[in-house]
Amino acid sequence: MRRSFSHSLIVYGCALLLAAFTAGPLLWLVVMSISAPTDLTEVPLRWIPSELDFSRYASLLSLEGGNGERFLSALRNSILTAGGATTAALLLAIPAAYAFSRRRASMVLLFAFLATIMMPPITYILPLYSTFSAFGLLNHTVTLVIVYTAMLLPFATWLMKANIDVLPLEVEQAAFMEGAGTAYTIREVVLPLALPAIAATAMLSFLVAWDEFFYALIFTNDLSSKTLPVAIADFSAGRVTDYGVIASVGVLATLPPAILAIAFQKFIVSGLVAGSVKG
Amino acid sequence: MHGRRQTREKWTLLAPAMLVLALITLIPLANTLWLSFTDTRISALPVPVNFIGLENYIYALTDPDFQAALYRTLYFTIVSVGLEGILGVAVAVLLNQEFKGRLVLRALIILPWAVPTIVNAVAWRLIYHPDYGALNSLLFQLGLISDYRSWIGDPATAMNMVILADVWKNFPLVAYVALAALQTVPGDLTKAAAVEGAGPWKRFVSITLPWIAGPLMVVMVLRTIEAFRVFDIVYVMTGGGPADSTKTASFYVYQEYFNYLRSGSGASYAVLVAGISAVLILVYYSASRRQAQGAVA
Repeated sequence: MRRSFSHSLIVYGCALLLAAFTAGPLLWLVVMSISAPTDLTEVPLRWIPSELDFSRYASLLSLEGGNGERFLSALRNSILTAGGATTAALLLAIPAAYAFSRRRASMVLLFAFLATIMMPPITYILPLYSTFSAFGLLNHTVTLVIVYTAMLLPFATWLMKANIDVLPLEVEQAAFMEGAGTAYTIREVVLPLALPAIAATAMLSFLVAWDEFFYALIFTNDLSSKTLPVAIADFSAGRVTDYGVIASVGVLATLPPAILAIAFQKFIVSGLVAGSVKG
Repeated sequence: MHGRRQTREKWTLLAPAMLVLALITLIPLANTLWLSFTDTRISALPVPVNFIGLENYIYALTDPDFQAALYRTLYFTIVSVGLEGILGVAVAVLLNQEFKGRLVLRALIILPWAVPTIVNAVAWRLIYHPDYGALNSLLFQLGLISDYRSWIGDPATAMNMVILADVWKNFPLVAYVALAALQTVPGDLTKAAAVEGAGPWKRFVSITLPWIAGPLMVVMVLRTIEAFRVFDIVYVMTGGGPADSTKTASFYVYQEYFNYLRSGSGASYAVLVAGISAVLILVYYSASRRQAQGAVA
């Protein structure tokens, strides 16, 4: 079937619209971040900046001045919490996933795992708050690491299980024949084979933790523990009247996940599909 | 013997994960349930607590404000997820065509999904700004409006504006799943239908859509569960306002807890919200089960 000219016209028209809808808000965020403050308060707007102003990025990335300190400490906290929780979740999820995949652990149990994270966080928040507060653990990065580990764990277990399912069984059986124990087999046989899956799971887990806002909002309220989403909410609610500063923070907070998403695009597709299609 | 060893190993492998989940989810859940039958009034325990039976629930179920919050949540969920479904499928159909730049566009639509929720909320809040926002300026310069509007400052439009921001971020997920499903539609089937004279729309409705319905259903239910607990985008964009027009169920419970410090009463609302979520999660379970069985068959 040859495509008619009008059909092509429609396809390219739609593609153009989609590109504008998708890229527009992001592009505008970038433009705001490098426009002079006076450009941003012109009515109607000046779409193309009269001059490029990178000063906000410079101030956010230096420890001089309040904004930079707030941004950099939030960045550090976000890296620590998302990285720590991802590591801990994988350490717990890999053995569990192996049990679900190779030791016929009940699928109902796996689903019960998943159900816990599908519940609204509001269900758990108050008892968690009281407990962490009783232990003096509010405003600690480690608190968020603990909560995020539990949040990432079911999802990571699920993804890892789907990926271990498709690994060839023969190598593991050979290892068992030679007398290797389960722990050894997981470490020396399954882990190397599952490395791409582990990378994909780690990346998706990191993105989920990087994005989390609700627990971070409740459990942190100073520089030592606030993560980027909370810091960004503060910037936007605070007295900052230079919208370019808010836009710059947004651009910087989007860079890591955007780079990961583009670099691991194939993984994301297969991860999401494993997550939402295979069930 | 072998079987017993394997069973013991199975539980050893599962134990650490189950312990963490029990501590962070099951025990708090039980605790919330217990609180919901008490009149606890501040969040810092220990405090005197009285067991008051179903009183909180009777109050919650007859509370018109909470009902309104539930309806708002329902509206947000249905419209957001509905639009994400329609847009997601349309985008998947488009990206399933051969055209120049298809792969670039495919990579591009992952970006909104990667933007952190709070950045998304902040960015759209700037776009909706009544004086300096891009939306007003764009519509004005295109001649579509003659006066600047206060998009999220007006109770009539605020919720729909929050929905637009949510759709922008989340349609890529649906699009990616739909696209993956579309690529498994056998070409023979649609070609045969074309030979028999079925037009593109008829082919789409009677062949393509049923073929991708399973995975699509699963991702839509997943989005429904997520949308129902919406909090962060509302917190940053509107703070529940104006005039409570964007105050959703999760936001309602949050205020009951942390603004009015009514723990017991808040817990009863939380349990009701969790109950509705539990029903949605069961729907998800059965949809994904059916999908998994379909994939095997």
